[in-house]
Amino acid sequence: MSGGAAAAGRALPGRPDDAPALPSDRWRALEIAFWLLVVAAFFVFPQHRVLGSQILITGLFALSLDLILGYAGIVSLGHAAYFGMGAYTAGLLAVHGWGEPLSGLLAAGLAGAIAGYATSFLVVRGADLARLMVTLGIGLMLYEAANQLGSITGGADGLSGVAMWKVLGLWSFDLAGTTAYVYSAVVLFLLFVVARRIVASPFGLSLRGVRENVKRMPAIGAPVARRLVAIYTVSAAMAGVAGGVLAQTTQFVGLDVFGFPRSADLMIMLVLGGAGRLYGGLLGAAVFMIAHHLLSDLNPIYWQFWLGLLLVVVVLFARGGILGAADTLVRRAAARRARTR
Amino acid sequence: MAELLAVEGVTAGYGDGVVLEDVSLALREGDSLALLGRNGVGKTTLLVTLMGLTRLHRGTMRWRGGDLAALPTHRRSRAGLGWVPQERFMFASLTVEEHLTAVARPGPWTVPRVWALFPRLAERRGNFGNQLSGGEQQMLAIARALMVNPSLLLLDEPMEGLAPIIVQELMNVIRELVDEGGMAVIVVEQHAKLALSLTRQAVVLERGRVVHRAASEALLRDHDTLHRLVAVAS
Repeated sequence: MSGGAAAAGRALPGRPDDAPALPSDRWRALEIAFWLLVVAAFFVFPQHRVLGSQILITGLFALSLDLILGYAGIVSLGHAAYFGMGAYTAGLLAVHGWGEPLSGLLAAGLAGAIAGYATSFLVVRGADLARLMVTLGIGLMLYEAANQLGSITGGADGLSGVAMWKVLGLWSFDLAGTTAYVYSAVVLFLLFVVARRIVASPFGLSLRGVRENVKRMPAIGAPVARRLVAIYTVSAAMAGVAGGVLAQTTQFVGLDVFGFPRSADLMIMLVLGGAGRLYGGLLGAAVFMIAHHLLSDLNPIYWQFWLGLLLVVVVLFARGGILGAADTLVRRAAARRARTR
Repeated sequence: MAELLAVEGVTAGYGDGVVLEDVSLALREGDSLALLGRNGVGKTTLLVTLMGLTRLHRGTMRWRGGDLAALPTHRRSRAGLGWVPQERFMFASLTVEEHLTAVARPGPWTVPRVWALFPRLAERRGNFGNQLSGGEQQMLAIARALMVNPSLLLLDEPMEGLAPIIVQELMNVIRELVDEGGMAVIVVEQHAKLALSLTRQAVVLERGRVVHRAASEALLRDHDTLHRLVAVAS
């Protein structure tokens, strides 16, 4: 008994042209500024394009986590599983003679999606603690599987001999990271647009509803498990693409793509930047990796001390991460202006 | 009008506990029913059972001839049950407008039509679910249920805790919905007279069982029965 049939069964006329408009699709000025900054960084810091492309890739990875954590409320400590699937897929394709980047990336996304879909049923079932453990477990299993399959993956030595062809037959991946930066930025932007569209759609709104009140959502017509499976699969595909970009731009895949630290760092970045805002993951990745870069220059061993301190301060005093804190400040300032007027 | 809902011999409750016993009622397309009774007699449980959120021990529920009990909750919503729960459950992270678009299904009810029904919600369209007064929350809960384009609207104590002027406003809206006749309505209400004045037929529950059935108009004039079965707030 579908809703469509039920609606058609009534004698009342439908008005399809009055179908609900999707929430506003306009890009705000701050968003445009953000993307201009990504472009500007390319020219202002030509010597840091390798780091820049790493930040963009990690930003994409964080964006994928934001879709499930920030919007659907699924906590994960094993998102590297899908990142790794994508990285090895793209890497192995290139090692075995298919170095075309775009199709390789598509394959990486597909590998992430398949792995995500297959495991989503385990993840969606449980509550928060169960999900943490299940995702952690999935990550650990894939890590050890990659370690055991040394003949295919290169094991602990990593997968070398990744030879990429030119992007669109025009630009080869260079040591300065120029192609890598542009390639990563374009992929990130395209997938960001997709993510932005998803979270503003009725489907995306219903995910927020699920996060807030999972028990009541079915009563307003949302099949909770199916929606969570869908977004988990999309998120895993995105993580797979991020892994693929890393493998292609660095032309190497190490076991650490599956590693627990990668999943944990990702969670830190997202919380730092602000979950449930799309830009939080991008900003968090940038802050985290630039801090890593600068602090480890000062003291290569103890840099995580400062990161830990920053994390504690943000979680305790800046709800919603850096972006959440900025939001609060802006709102307070506006309220003060309104009062004095 | 064809039969919409037929509940027969339903015994249901939470877990092993039984709240409703051998309840039967029937509703035709576009019909309206007041579900009355004192506190704790199972009125809310009956609505919740229709939505599939309790345990059905015995009995059958048919929806346009099909088996309602076999459908999971979200399919019941899609089949045309629009539930406005007592606790309203607003989403703090969604705006008023997003509450509507998140659940919208094709049909005669659209966002503009809901704005026309509740102009006050249109003014608040950018507010979040936790930035609304009680009356506005109730309006939004009804509006959200309408966006599913239901064939049967289940209203659980829609007037509870609201200021008299808001009650009046909501009464007018509900009356409009009932009179339009395209959609059946079940109203659970402590204020028996309000519910009776809105509906065509009435069922009174006592300790989980149906103890009285009448036309709403007749029950409204039958002061003795009303006083005996329902705590009447005049």
